[in-house]
Amino acid sequence: MKLQDFDVYKDLLMKKSGLVITQDKSYLLDSRLTPVAKKWNFANLDAMSVALRGIPDQGLVRDIVEAMTTNETSFFRDQKPFDQFKQTILPHMLKARASVRKVRVWCAASSSGQEPYSLSMLVKENQALMPGWSVEFLATDLSEDILAQARGGLYSQFEVQRGLPINLLMKYFRQEGEKWRISEDIRKMVKYETFNLLDPMTRLGKFDVIFCRNVLIYFDEPTKRRVLEGMAALLPPDGFLFLGGAETVFGITERFKPMENTRGVYILSGGAHDRAPASAVAQPVGR
Amino acid sequence: MKSCLVVDDSRVVRKVARRIAEELGFSCEEAEDGQKAYESCQASMPDVIMLDWNMPVMSGIEFLEKLRQMENGDHPKVVFCTTENDMAHIQRAIMAGANEYIMKPFDRDIVESKFVQAGILEQTVS
Ligand SMILES: C[S@@+](CC[C@H](N)C(=O)[O-])C[C@H]1O[C@@H](n2cnc3c(N)ncnc32)[C@H](O)[C@@H]1O
Repeated sequence: MKLQDFDVYKDLLMKKSGLVITQDKSYLLDSRLTPVAKKWNFANLDAMSVALRGIPDQGLVRDIVEAMTTNETSFFRDQKPFDQFKQTILPHMLKARASVRKVRVWCAASSSGQEPYSLSMLVKENQALMPGWSVEFLATDLSEDILAQARGGLYSQFEVQRGLPINLLMKYFRQEGEKWRISEDIRKMVKYETFNLLDPMTRLGKFDVIFCRNVLIYFDEPTKRRVLEGMAALLPPDGFLFLGGAETVFGITERFKPMENTRGVYILSGGAHDRAPASAVAQPVGR
Repeated sequence: MKSCLVVDDSRVVRKVARRIAEELGFSCEEAEDGQKAYESCQASMPDVIMLDWNMPVMSGIEFLEKLRQMENGDHPKVVFCTTENDMAHIQRAIMAGANEYIMKPFDRDIVESKFVQAGILEQTVS
C-alpha cells in the first residue's frame, strides 16, 4: 500500500473508532480491506482509496471501520474478573443497593456477547441471594454486525468450549444443529445498543459497574484518557470499573485507582472504596 | 507433579492430548481402552483423566462408572474428550460423574480452559 493511502486509512480509523494503526501493521489493512473493496465493487484497494479522498459513502466508512476491529473474546475471559465480580462487587452491591434493589452494569465493548452473557449467567446462578432484585446489563459495541451476533446468542462448538463450564452449557444453552443457542432467560437480561466510545456517554445514564475490557489497548493515550474520564462521570462514588489484563490507568488518568488485592478492578480516587476498601467488608458469596 | 491418564483408542489423539497435558505441566500415562485405563488406575490413581467415549473392549462411560466405585476413585477429575457432541451424551457423562466435557476437535486453548473450569489448573492471565 502506498504511503499516502496508508495515511487516508490511518486518519479515518483514528477519527471514527480511535483505532491506532501503525505503518508496520499496514499488511492488516490489505488483508482486511480487500474484501470490503470487493463488496463495494472497487477494482482494488487503490480504487477504494481514491474514493475515500472524496466524500465517501457512510456505509463504506462503516464497513472499513468494522473490518478493522478485533472482536476476539470468550466466555469468562481470564476468569479472575468474574470471580471478583461475584466475590466482591455483588456482595457490596447487595448491601449498598438494598433499598433500591437495582444494579446497572455496562459492558462497553461487548463484541459478540460472551462478556455480558457470562455476567448474566453469574447473576442468575446467584439469584437466590437477591430475590426481587433487578440487575440490568447494557452491552454496547461499535460494530453492528457483531452486535447482531450477540443478540442472536448463537455460538459455535468452539466458542462454547472456551471458558464456559459444562454445567452452565447444560443449564443455559440449547443445541441448534452444530451450534448452541443461549437461553431466552439469559438473553433478555442483556440490552444491546450500538455505541461508539468516542461519542459523549451521558445519554447512556448512570452505572454501578462498568466493564471496559480489551478495547483501550487499541487507542492512543488522549483517547484512553477521554474514555476513562467519561466513564468516571457515569459511576457513583462506590462504583467499579473493570479493565482488560493488558490495560491500566497508570499514567493516563488519576480519576481511577486499582482496587487493592484485585487485578483489573478499578475504583474512583477519593470515592467510597478509596476511603473504606470494599474488599475488607464484603463477604464472599458461595459458588 | 500432577499426573494425567490419557484414554483413547487412537494413537494420534493420545499423542496430541499427551503433548498438551505435558505442556500444561502434567506427567502422562496412556491407555487405549477402558479396561486398560481401569488397570492403570488400580496400579496408581491419576489426578486427571482425559477420556474418550467410544473405544473397544470397554467404553469411556463404562470405565467412568467403574472408576467412581473404586477405592479413591472419586479422586481423579475426569474430562471427557469425545466426538459425541449432543446434550444427551453430555448429560449422561455428567450424571456418571464426569467433571468436564470436551467436544472434539480440541486444541490447547480448550483443554487449558476446561482444566481451569474443573479446578485442575490455575488461570493464567492472557
Ligand atoms: C477485543 S473485543 C473485547 C470484547 C470483550 N470486552 C472482551 O474483553 O472479551 C474489542 C471490541 O471493541 C469494539 N470497539 C473497538 N473500537 C470501539 C469504539 N470506538 N467504540 C466502541 N466499541 C469499539 C470492537 O468492535 C470489538 O468488538
